[in-house]
Amino acid sequence: MSRRVVITGVGAVTPLGIGSDPLIERWSGGESGIADGAGRCREFDPLDFLAKKEARRLDRFAQMAIAAAEEALGQAGAGDGLPYEGHRVGCVIGTGIGGLPSLEEQQRKLIESGPKAVSPLAVPLMMGNAAAAAVAMRHDLHGHTYGVVSACAAGAHALGDAARIIRAGDADMVVAGGAEAAITGVATAAFAAMEATSPSGISRPFDARRDGFVMGEGAGVLILEEADAAAARGAEMLGEIRGYGATCDGFHLTAPQPEGLEAARAISLAIADAGLSATDVDYVNAHGTSTPLNDRSETMALKLALGERAADVPVSSTKSAIGHLLGAAGAVEAIATVEALRRRLAPPTLGWEEAEEGLDLDYVPDGARPLENGDGPLVAISNSFGFGGHNAVLCLAA
Amino acid sequence: MATEVSTDTVEEKIFDGLVELGTDRSALSREATLESIDVDSLDLVELAQIVEDEFGVELRGDDVKDVRTVGEVIELVVAKAG
Repeated sequence: MSRRVVITGVGAVTPLGIGSDPLIERWSGGESGIADGAGRCREFDPLDFLAKKEARRLDRFAQMAIAAAEEALGQAGAGDGLPYEGHRVGCVIGTGIGGLPSLEEQQRKLIESGPKAVSPLAVPLMMGNAAAAAVAMRHDLHGHTYGVVSACAAGAHALGDAARIIRAGDADMVVAGGAEAAITGVATAAFAAMEATSPSGISRPFDARRDGFVMGEGAGVLILEEADAAAARGAEMLGEIRGYGATCDGFHLTAPQPEGLEAARAISLAIADAGLSATDVDYVNAHGTSTPLNDRSETMALKLALGERAADVPVSSTKSAIGHLLGAAGAVEAIATVEALRRRLAPPTLGWEEAEEGLDLDYVPDGARPLENGDGPLVAISNSFGFGGHNAVLCLAA
Repeated sequence: MATEVSTDTVEEKIFDGLVELGTDRSALSREATLESIDVDSLDLVELAQIVEDEFGVELRGDDVKDVRTVGEVIELVVAKAG
């Protein structure tokens, strides 16, 4: 009997607030966390979670990961100590960019005051594995621990890899997710220079008027656990990672393959890995960036992978409410997906009004809608695609 | 222009520096060991940067590797300046 991977805790820091409940409840209620063209976590204060000394040793993305992990571990009943020996607990946290605010700050010091002014904390602040390292250090985790770097697919890759680590028997629990805080001068200018971000500052995925993504920041952390072990200790199971599919376009540094061929393959692989078929999918949490290219190729990928089911499965994008959290997106959206399934509700794609030819799926434009499939668990796929052509798809059930 | 080096000015600057690095001011004294106030090698490098900016005294890792208390850090800076 193969090992199954369940979710026993979730934690989120997002532009909709601190916690996974505000994320799902405010999004489902039609609220957006985007203001002035960016999805900032305005309610986040690192000193709510960290001593001053700890806080100044972590970049914002890692601070947010600490906060998300705190919530998730608490929910899993592991906040005051692990239910397993530390070597059986891993930590895999993705990021797209890492500690960019720290890098920019140290670069400024270098230019203004010379090399001696550069902080000895610079490297640990900006390294992409800092979030995983900090969470592991705080909670005495000694299993597989590393960062994942695959641009906007990093959060989903982290969860998929973490599930594989548990399935392979290398861990009984993995603290997994993604974190990003890169709304900085350089990143904002760079994404604008490549015309990836929205000049209007509006995130409206799949709408004909969409003109790019809106930058967001935040973190999502999930506690993944081997199902029998979780059951044995009486943990509440919020959901399950049923399947995982990962492919690469091998096509272009930034643009998705236009027909979504490899994205479709990743979706199909995730569904097959779950032992399910396209007709079993009750909800799709889309990558849905609000860029002209992604939303078109993703729509094509869904049609290719889901066949006839694509025409009537509800598809919505969390990014319509919080913007694009880059390397945190896949993790935060996996949380949103599981919580949506638990509430048996498909949250809406906010701002969707105008259809575009060929973009004709059910994008849930008119508010949250009940998901119905008898009394059994609901099944969803959560898509994440990153620059570099990385495609990571999770098949989730709850 | 570097600040004049005296035991008092160095103490004031090092205490301020340690508070800036996250140490609780009430835990600070000359007798406090670096271990007791959770000051590690990374903190010492940052503290050395502050000292150099203020007093023009350069401290390397080797200089501070055997330092045990806050008072010894202060004495080291004063000695180096002299």
